[in-house]
Amino acid sequence: MLAGMTVLAAAAAEAATEAATEAAAHSGGGGLPQLDAHTFAPQLFWLVLTFGALYFILSKIALPRIGEVLEERADRITRDLEAAQRLKDDTDKALADYEKALADARAKASTIAKDTREQIASVTEGKKASVEKTLAAKLQDAEQRIAATKTKALSAVNDIAADTAGAVVSKLIGQTVSADEIKKALSASAGK
Amino acid sequence: MAAEGAHEDHGPIAQFKINKIYDLNLFGYDVSFTNSSLFMVLALAVILAFLLFASRDRSMVPSRLQSMAELVYEFIAKMVKDNLGPEGMKYFPWVFSIFIFILVLNLLGMIPGGFTVTSHIIVTFAFAAMVWLVATGIGFAKHGLGYLKLFVPEGVPLLLLPLIVVIELISYFIRPISHSVRLFANMMAGHTMLKVFAGFAVMLPWWGKIAPAGFMVAFTGLELVVAILQAFIFTVLTCIYLNDAVNMHH
Repeated sequence: MLAGMTVLAAAAAEAATEAATEAAAHSGGGGLPQLDAHTFAPQLFWLVLTFGALYFILSKIALPRIGEVLEERADRITRDLEAAQRLKDDTDKALADYEKALADARAKASTIAKDTREQIASVTEGKKASVEKTLAAKLQDAEQRIAATKTKALSAVNDIAADTAGAVVSKLIGQTVSADEIKKALSASAGK
Repeated sequence: MAAEGAHEDHGPIAQFKINKIYDLNLFGYDVSFTNSSLFMVLALAVILAFLLFASRDRSMVPSRLQSMAELVYEFIAKMVKDNLGPEGMKYFPWVFSIFIFILVLNLLGMIPGGFTVTSHIIVTFAFAAMVWLVATGIGFAKHGLGYLKLFVPEGVPLLLLPLIVVIELISYFIRPISHSVRLFANMMAGHTMLKVFAGFAVMLPWWGKIAPAGFMVAFTGLELVVAILQAFIFTVLTCIYLNDAVNMHH
């Protein structure tokens, strides 16, 4: 392992030396190519030419084109978001309207039900009152008839009592007593 | 190995060599089309193809490619807004261009046999210098001479003020250097490292290849992260420097 590494290092060193001498021998003896002033003019000339062309074309055509697309896309996204927000607002409003309509309808329905109930109740009340009135009239009528009948019956009882009393008296005393006298006596005993 | 190296350069820094593909001269200046130019043009083509193709439909519901383009767009837009505020969005195309160009240049450099444009200090310095000049220009344009207050922090004891101003000035002028060297050094070091270990893997006998090859795999993953991270860091620093100029928040 160690031996291998030593050999490797030696070979590497050899290769490096070889490379360095080669470089020195073949680069025209002027050291770094970067420091060869003869190459400056053509490099600068072509740099100015190519960079100038690049700057011109990019600033006039390529970059505005890309920038436009980006801006347009950003605008579009903003617009779409706004439209979505508007639609959402519309939906919310429609929903609120619907709920309001529903609540109104409920309220109206309950009012109608209440009114109807009250109407029915008043009609029923009216009918009940008139029926009761009729019944009361009939009852009074009946009571009057009963009272009349009772009075008549009672007066009939007096006549019967007078007849009976006359008959009893005539049987007892053998002589006829006048009806007026009997009545007088009866009313006197009834008065007691 | 030595025989191979004799006709073609395989050294760890040979990958940074600028090779002319087509000789060009403009007003006496050498503007040859090189492998570096090729990768700049390639990056430009890749970015334009990606962004223009991805945004061709402009659909409300994006395709996968369009989503990717929008992701990068919003990532940088957020960075600019967070750092500069909403009014900073006018600098967005510029910041975006810097980010995507450096990102794609870094990533194209990860293709084996490719060339990493950002591994050249002159390129990263050009970017950093542009950022510095633009930021300084905006600072003076917006605040006039008041921009110089950037170098005079509030609440510093009068005694320390001369020292602080000098330090602030140095740190301001060193910005393009630190800004550019950070990216350049990261890209160069990573690619050199990869090449060195690739060289080991090739040159070692068969039983020794495993370790450097395994390291290569892991390190390539790390380098991919670095490629993206450094593009991000460069862009964040650009935003921070711009914020100093636009809002003067210290």
